[in-house]
Amino acid sequence: MNIKFLKMSRKDKIILGFGYMLLGLFVLTIIYPLIFVVIASFMNPNVLNSHGISFNIKDWSLDGYRRVVENKMIGTGFLNSFLYSITFSILSVGVTLFAAYPLSKKDLVGRKFFNTFFVITMFFGGGLMPTYLLINKLHMINTIWAIILPNAVNVWNIILARTYYQSIPTELREASAVDGASEVLHFFRILMPVCKPIIAVLVLWQFVGMWNSYFDAMIYLEDSWRQPLQLVLRSILIQNTPDPGMIADIQSAAEMSKLAELLKYSTIVVSSLPLLVMYPFFQKYFDSGIMVGSIKG
Amino acid sequence: MEKTTNKRNENTGLNYIKKNWQLYVVFMLPAFLLTFVFKYLPMGGILMAFKDYNPRLGILGSEWVGIKHFSRFISSPDFVNYLLNTLKLSVYGLLWGFPVPIILALLLNRIRSKNIKKNIQLVLYAPNFISVIVLCGMVFIFLSPIGPINKVLGTNINFMTMPEAFRSIYIASGIWQGAGWASIIYTAALSNASQELTEAAIIDGADVLRQIWHVDIPAIKSIIVIQFILQAGNIMSLGFEKAYALQTPMNISSSEILPTYVYKLGLQMGDYSFSTAVGLFNSIINVILLLVVNGIVKQLNEGEGL
Repeated sequence: MNIKFLKMSRKDKIILGFGYMLLGLFVLTIIYPLIFVVIASFMNPNVLNSHGISFNIKDWSLDGYRRVVENKMIGTGFLNSFLYSITFSILSVGVTLFAAYPLSKKDLVGRKFFNTFFVITMFFGGGLMPTYLLINKLHMINTIWAIILPNAVNVWNIILARTYYQSIPTELREASAVDGASEVLHFFRILMPVCKPIIAVLVLWQFVGMWNSYFDAMIYLEDSWRQPLQLVLRSILIQNTPDPGMIADIQSAAEMSKLAELLKYSTIVVSSLPLLVMYPFFQKYFDSGIMVGSIKG
Repeated sequence: MEKTTNKRNENTGLNYIKKNWQLYVVFMLPAFLLTFVFKYLPMGGILMAFKDYNPRLGILGSEWVGIKHFSRFISSPDFVNYLLNTLKLSVYGLLWGFPVPIILALLLNRIRSKNIKKNIQLVLYAPNFISVIVLCGMVFIFLSPIGPINKVLGTNINFMTMPEAFRSIYIASGIWQGAGWASIIYTAALSNASQELTEAAIIDGADVLRQIWHVDIPAIKSIIVIQFILQAGNIMSLGFEKAYALQTPMNISSSEILPTYVYKLGLQMGDYSFSTAVGLFNSIINVILLLVVNGIVKQLNEGEGL
């Protein structure tokens, strides 16, 4: 029995009731737009245009989804985003877990230097044009490396991983050293298996971060077949210019614009679904993974 | 005497590195090289801000012009406008957005049932996994003249063309997307906090508000301070992606911030040196703000800053 909730005065009940209402309101504000988009994505474009959403099954259609699924740009965008995000998260988390390991050792010679070296980049950088010119000079424009390598080292994640390692008893290393294990062996055999929560969180973060970003792809990737999903979405959702192939069979301009409106909803659903379905599986790692890293900042 | 100890230290240092070379060569080197190439080399490119960059001559070969680009920026009529847009957007965003996750966490902490709490958290975290583009797409849909919000209000206002609405849209949608996720860190700290203190407070007859004030808030105070410094220190590094996606030609007078201006100058107009100067100006203000905020917090927080 939790004493926190025993014996509440009337005043307490009113305060708590008000608090719960506030929380409920916030939850509704989050859910409502999401549900609205999902329902609207199933509407017949004409009904959607004239009446908005309706719950009459006769007004529903799968037209929007058919066009999204058949569209080549969205399919390619999905594949590209998947490729970029997987490569990025493996590389980035690998480098991060590696760099955090020596930094977690209090007696490391040069610890202060390396810490400062990394932390400075959190607050100061060369900026857009110098970075762009460098990428250009390295002949990485229009390659996957332009959007992967420059941001692969995430200093905040190094700090998180470092703090996580430090929460693990140092006796583990002392014991494996007695057995003659090298640092590399110790890292892979002993340390990594007990770091699953932080690895899960970091992989998810880096994957989501790459999946959802568009700026680097916009400036560095020129060929349209290299475009990640977010750039395809940008032309549909923000610039109002869906791929002509999606609406080519429609003759009248009015019908076309109605359809373009419907396509916004169905592309939102199709493109957001993978992450929204995936993240609850990671939820159990959120608290432990984030907490340990955050205590000492 | 001192010389010998120094020498001995150096030797033990070298011995340590020799003995633990794997730490340096295997573990540290990849991140070190990536950071050096992609973060430190561009810092050298900042020289461009003091030159008239000419692609044929390269950064080093281009002609020095001193602070010409800075004085051109500072004396241009856009300067005050863009600087204020940037500052207002992030300062208001911080003031409105910072307390929300803390309030959410304090409320979540008062929920009795573990199951309900978990489900609410699941909903609160969801928007964080929606992309900036989809978020902005939804903003455009909901705020369009024929969108749901106008239907409810019975009007047909085109919010996206109103400069005076831009900041509210940007900040409100930011809270919608990020507040739940940002509350994790406080929620975790609260659930780790000692139950005994709360129990003692209840036995002493403290009501809910007093429990929150005297037990819950002290438990997360240090995290609040760190989060505040970090966010205040990032005031000038507003996300480019969202501001750019929410820009329309009509709301540009309040939506043009320094990062979007830097992008347009550099990559759309090809004015490399001027763009770099504006970007440098932006990051210098950022560093100054960080130092100032950290200093103030140290004063208030009995010597504890970042």
